[in-house]
Amino acid sequence: MSVKILTIKEDILGANEEKAKINQELMDKHHILMINIMSSPGAGKTSLIIQTIKRFKGKTRIAVIEGDIASTIDADKVSQQAIPVVQINTAGACHLDANMIKKALDNLALEQIDLVLIENVGNLICTAEFALGAHKKVMLLSVPEGDDKPYKYPLMFTEADVVLVNKIDVLPYFDFNISAFSRAVSGLNPSTRIFPVSAKTGEGLEPWFSWLEDAIKQKTSTA
Amino acid sequence: MHEQSIVESLLALALKNAGKAKASKILRIYLVVGELSGVLEEAVNFYFGFLSRDTIAAQASLFFMHTPAQLRCRNCNTVFSPERLDFHCPNCKEQQVEIVSGRELYIDSMEV
Repeated sequence: MSVKILTIKEDILGANEEKAKINQELMDKHHILMINIMSSPGAGKTSLIIQTIKRFKGKTRIAVIEGDIASTIDADKVSQQAIPVVQINTAGACHLDANMIKKALDNLALEQIDLVLIENVGNLICTAEFALGAHKKVMLLSVPEGDDKPYKYPLMFTEADVVLVNKIDVLPYFDFNISAFSRAVSGLNPSTRIFPVSAKTGEGLEPWFSWLEDAIKQKTSTA
Repeated sequence: MHEQSIVESLLALALKNAGKAKASKILRIYLVVGELSGVLEEAVNFYFGFLSRDTIAAQASLFFMHTPAQLRCRNCNTVFSPERLDFHCPNCKEQQVEIVSGRELYIDSMEV
């Protein structure tokens, strides 16, 4: 039996990237904007999503894809807003991938949707590695996590189109320096937009809403 | 933890290429892994061990070629390889960098 050398030079995550591209093409076909929301556990992704649904209700038809290792707690919370929600349980996997999103999209009536919000699994590392087909990546970092995170998790910050600093209502109790944080983020990613917000009190959410509104408009105007 | 999905993709890609070449066994897989890909060699070997069971890759050994991270400072244009993921520019001490390389993650070649 002879030994042969095969030259491959193929990306290991190439199959995922391909599927992500197909997801995005599907979204484009239906003129839907899809957004991938990432953060550590407990940073406030679900609260942000609920605030966003409340603000856009009646104007924009939203669907949510919830990614969690287990449980339907987040999906239950979001579905109280009377919008379509699909829960993905990754059964241990620390991130969503393009295939899971494809299956979730199969469960949504795409012709009745303008905006898909994906709540990724709470994780600042792995989620950045797997493309889903979203048009925009939004990252949340909450004040109690500390302003040094751009130094500790640089990759995530280089990927984000928007960084929301959440829980600014508790700023007085933490040593979180927003301008130092913004400097660090802009250093890694000069084009990213940074919005300090409180998803709980609603403070600072308007700039996020108008960013999102513009992004939706851009998507539907390409229709 | 995401090494599990990475190994699943790696194995699928290796088996697909071995199948195309009508190979009966995969002996060695040469991987190129960037320092910033976040992939740990030990974890890849661990998952490969049990995911490859009952495939023609079961006996294959994995060889890792690590490529260093290269960053370019947006402030003073210095290109440098960060030590221990410290993204500060050694020249001007700023952390305003773009990633030039280090995110690679692919199969370079295989022996079958």
